[in-house]
Amino acid sequence: MSGELRPVDARVRALESILVEKGYVDPAALDEIVETYQHRVGPRNGAHVVARSWTDPDFAARLADDATAAVAELGYGGRGGEHLAAVFNSPGEHHLVVCTLCSCYPWPVLGLPPVWYKSPAYRSRAVLDPRGVLADFGTVLDDDVAIRVHDSTSELRYLVVPQRPAGTDGWSADELAAIVSRDAMIGTRLVSA
Amino acid sequence: MNGAHDLGGAMGFGPVEPEPEDVRFHADWEPLVLALTLAAARPGGWSIDESRHARESLPPPVYLTLTYYEIWLAATEKLLVTHGLVGADELDAGRPLRPRADAPAALDADAAARVLATGAPTERDDTGPPRFAPGDRVRARVMHPRGHTRLPRYVRGRCGTVETHRGTHVLPDARAHGHGECPEPLYTVVFTGPELWGPDADPTTTVSVDAWESYLEPA
Repeated sequence: MSGELRPVDARVRALESILVEKGYVDPAALDEIVETYQHRVGPRNGAHVVARSWTDPDFAARLADDATAAVAELGYGGRGGEHLAAVFNSPGEHHLVVCTLCSCYPWPVLGLPPVWYKSPAYRSRAVLDPRGVLADFGTVLDDDVAIRVHDSTSELRYLVVPQRPAGTDGWSADELAAIVSRDAMIGTRLVSA
Repeated sequence: MNGAHDLGGAMGFGPVEPEPEDVRFHADWEPLVLALTLAAARPGGWSIDESRHARESLPPPVYLTLTYYEIWLAATEKLLVTHGLVGADELDAGRPLRPRADAPAALDADAAARVLATGAPTERDDTGPPRFAPGDRVRARVMHPRGHTRLPRYVRGRCGTVETHRGTHVLPDARAHGHGECPEPLYTVVFTGPELWGPDADPTTTVSVDAWESYLEPA
């Protein structure tokens, strides 16, 4: 073990070598998992879903009715997205997703959750003071906009569909997807053109 | 259990610190912990509920000071030891001291890809008519189980409204401890801010949780 490694590095490398030498894990499987979440699965999948829902009312209706099936139409699904629900922002209601108990998150459409989503700061305060949490992101809603916080306590994972911003008439689905941020699909930011 | 993981409504953790969307990991060992944790579940045979319980049952000072993937690492080590796949002495030594235990074969790359692509759905056939319907007023039970539960403390004893019946799902409280799946109806229950947090709460805020039937009673 290299002396340059920090203790946690050394522990992880040691665990890897124990599990590989004992035949409990295959290094090729580890590579497959890392490759999947480093490069293949991320929030651009969710942005694709949102842009499609903005440009295809029939798809939006299916997304509202059965998000798991609608997302599967676009080729996304699997671990962390076995059961999906889409919640739609409107002029009068804003949705915000948290998992106060751990880090439940819709992996197939958003990838792995960011550190702040998993942090005690976010998990503790999103249910108690959602407007304060939004302010941490620079997001200010009118006082009369109701906030609905979804605490992901089951295997049902939530995707926020932001409002389509004004000034985007005629944009292609690809152009629209480019302005949909991960944070907007968690509900901590809005989308602007 | 009332562990340090049950954070809803706690104070003093400071502001949320956003980060750019393209950041996936913060150290080279983090993706390896992710991969080892996911891969070890196949020979290990534990469910996501048991994994969560291994994390949340870390002592509070440990849970609150480790980083996220350090928590995963600690829990994976604990599961490997309690299931007899790896000895604590082997973890201390940093190398194998004995041959492998009897366990299912490791995932190869194709099997890992299939596991990620399919996941592990928790919905099951209905076991009978659901007790509650959308619009019903319910109270989250006051309960403090020593084992795993997915009913956060901040809703216990509070009244809300059933919004949606989500079908019948595996009960984490049972599966986390090897007591079978015990599927129950699952409901989305909506609570107002003032019901949860008192008269000073923002009246325009509502919070919902997804609650299994045994977590609820008529209000």
